[in-house]
Amino acid sequence: MKKLMTGNEAIARGVYEYGVGVAAAYPGTPSTEILENIVKYPEVYCQWSPNEKVAMEVGIGAAIAGARSIVAMKMVGVNVAADPLFTVAYTGTRAGLVLVSADDPGMHSSQNEQDNRLYAAFAKIPLLEPSNSQEAKDMVGLAMEISEAFDTPVMIRITTRIAHSQSFVELNDPQERIIKTYERNQSKYVMLPANGRARRLVVEERMHKLADYTETVAVNYMEMDDPTVGIITSGISYQYVKEALPKASVLKLGLTNPLPSGLIKEFAAKVDKLYVVEELEPYMENEVRRLGINVVGKELFPPYGELSVRMVGEKISGQPGITVAPAFDSPVRPPVMCPGCPHRGVFYTLKQLKLIVSGDIGCYTLGAMAPLQAMDTTICMGASISAGLGMIKAHPEMAENMVAVIGDSTFLHSGITGLMDVVYNGGNLMTIILDNSITAMTGHQHNPSTGQSLMGQPAPQVDFVALCKALGIKRVTEVDPFDLTRVKEVIKSEVAAPEPSVIIAKRPCALIIKNTEKPLQVQDCSGCKMCLKLGCPALSFDEENKTAQVDQALCTGCGVCINICKFNALRKAGDGNV
Amino acid sequence: MSKITNVLLVGVGGQGTILASKILTHVAMAQGYEVKMSEIHGMAQRGGSVVTQVRMGENVYSPVIEPGEADFIVAFEQLEAYRWAHFLKKDGVLIVNTQKIVPLTVLIGAQTYPKTILSDLKERVERYIELDGLKLASEAGNAKATNVVLMGVLSKYMNFPEDTWKNALEARIPAKLLELNKIAFALGVAEAK
Ligand SMILES: Cc1ncc(C[n+]2csc(CCOP(=O)(O)OP(=O)(O)O)c2C)c(N)n1
Ligand code: SF4
Ligand code: SF4
Repeated sequence: MKKLMTGNEAIARGVYEYGVGVAAAYPGTPSTEILENIVKYPEVYCQWSPNEKVAMEVGIGAAIAGARSIVAMKMVGVNVAADPLFTVAYTGTRAGLVLVSADDPGMHSSQNEQDNRLYAAFAKIPLLEPSNSQEAKDMVGLAMEISEAFDTPVMIRITTRIAHSQSFVELNDPQERIIKTYERNQSKYVMLPANGRARRLVVEERMHKLADYTETVAVNYMEMDDPTVGIITSGISYQYVKEALPKASVLKLGLTNPLPSGLIKEFAAKVDKLYVVEELEPYMENEVRRLGINVVGKELFPPYGELSVRMVGEKISGQPGITVAPAFDSPVRPPVMCPGCPHRGVFYTLKQLKLIVSGDIGCYTLGAMAPLQAMDTTICMGASISAGLGMIKAHPEMAENMVAVIGDSTFLHSGITGLMDVVYNGGNLMTIILDNSITAMTGHQHNPSTGQSLMGQPAPQVDFVALCKALGIKRVTEVDPFDLTRVKEVIKSEVAAPEPSVIIAKRPCALIIKNTEKPLQVQDCSGCKMCLKLGCPALSFDEENKTAQVDQALCTGCGVCINICKFNALRKAGDGNV
Repeated sequence: MSKITNVLLVGVGGQGTILASKILTHVAMAQGYEVKMSEIHGMAQRGGSVVTQVRMGENVYSPVIEPGEADFIVAFEQLEAYRWAHFLKKDGVLIVNTQKIVPLTVLIGAQTYPKTILSDLKERVERYIELDGLKLASEAGNAKATNVVLMGVLSKYMNFPEDTWKNALEARIPAKLLELNKIAFALGVAEAK
């Protein structure tokens, strides 16, 4: 049967069909739906881990113990998981181990644009690049085969256009899910230097064997046609090449570490002019050059952003194409915090108090946008607390108006160690944990504080107050972020305190609760526009009648704006005359 | 190269572009076409612009539609029609739901919502249809069926047999909402004439 599937759904299907026993991940666009689809196959054990390093290690343990295992993450997650990855490349595993790295050329929803193919080369592990959903599914099987045949972890690298595009996939019956017995093997799995040195040689031997294998593997093949133009390509770029230049000869590479040098030389000899078409880094191009072959690549294509059919066609044919500029000047429509979002009032208060905000990644990063603009830095997940500590170590006086803000999922991901550092090194920093009881930004996944596992089992909940106290924070206060008066009072007293403090602003995300409040009404508005400074999409201003307006379809009745209006013009239905 | 039909669905997070694209791909598949669909939905839930690209034909490689290449644009909201209009082919069809969803940048007074969207579009695009899909959907019984009203309009301009659309609705819409959506679809069809 043929089905239309995204690359992520297809990978999940591959997990089901190719006997995978354990899957672990931390969410991150564009990888999140891989696990969200695996959970639909109850035969496969799957879980959200608190971060990518933990997920990687769960996968490693499961594969050493004997189950085919898969771990998925967005590309920056691989930075977090790199430590175990580089060493499991030495040990190998008893059953297949596959890491899916979902890269994001064009930075549709990421803070950087790193090309993780370089990680595969760096860690010395095989790399597969699917170019549509069918290949994404098939390559789960191939990756498991390679992993077991060569005793190595394998990376499958997808990009946003593979992860989130749908194309046809042929569905097959699942293989038997065999979990091998565990076999103790200290010299292989205990990476003391002596054992590591021995395994280091195994890695080199393995790469030699793979160098032969990659010459003949079915996913590396030539499509010979017009011999004047030859193009080496992989992943989504292959689709752009085929559509833009249907007559060109193509060397399509699916296994791209190690690259098949023999095949590349053979192909180069058959064509007049050789190109490499690849997004981001000149990964394949550098290898072709290393072979002493003349090739055109990044002098035509930028090392950033996405390619397109049109760009590939124009650059290679050398004919300047038509540029189609936007027809009209349109105001932008960036994402915004939802009406009723528990984060909004906190950022309004931080702005009001003119605090320096060491920020982090999550829905609350939207607090950096107009009109709130209450954020000074956002680097990577977990950096808020530790970077905040660094700032006050550089400028001790900054502690008086410095705050680190971090979401519940992000705190559990990599904020805890930063907070430990604050206590240990005597940093007088105030931290606000924005606990909306979910990992919201990536589409509402559960985490260790929410009380439920990926497979729907009830789970114990991390107690943030007890955790912070155990780390040595003496001043821990819980507040309701809808109660702005109290929020302001607590922030003022805690930022002034001469020791580290944590405020836990606790309210569930507006999209995960069943709301029973009614939308607000407006009466006797003075037209001061103060409430617009909140940036709630339900609030607007009617210039003709000089009055604030509440969108009855959008307003959740959270009441945060009531705190701000000095004229009591915003009212809950049933209050006052309304 | 075989002919490929490109359809762009543009709107604002939460407007139901996803169900619309599912209906459309169902119809295309029933015709035996190869179909590719691409969706960038990083922050769709937070009220940002969303775009779904559907490509169908005998042999489709890229999942992405480029400026000037769309045969059909279905805009679920005025400003999004404005934003994406340059993706339309010269003889392409633009279907605009006249609903307005004002972005936050406009609400807080940092930008203004253009006043001449509909007239500008009408002037630029030859094959142009505008309708109040929200109103028609409400007439059918639920404002949320706006997406299906718009598919009804689109169906009149695409050369697919009527019953493949009917089958798609039946396959993609839960039974208890089906009758309402069939009415919504029919209202869209009527609007296109
Ligand atoms: C290393 C890394 N992994 C994953 C992501 C993707 N990501 C961005 S924000 C976020 C979670 C945010 O959750 P939380 O801290 O609870 O804040 P909320 O969105 O709920 O406000 C994730 C997983 C990332 N940017 N970096
Ligand atoms: S999804 Fe939840 S946390 Fe994110 S902006 Fe909306 S209400 Fe806030
Ligand atoms: S009560 Fe005020 S802040 Fe809350 S959703 Fe309604 S308009 Fe927005």
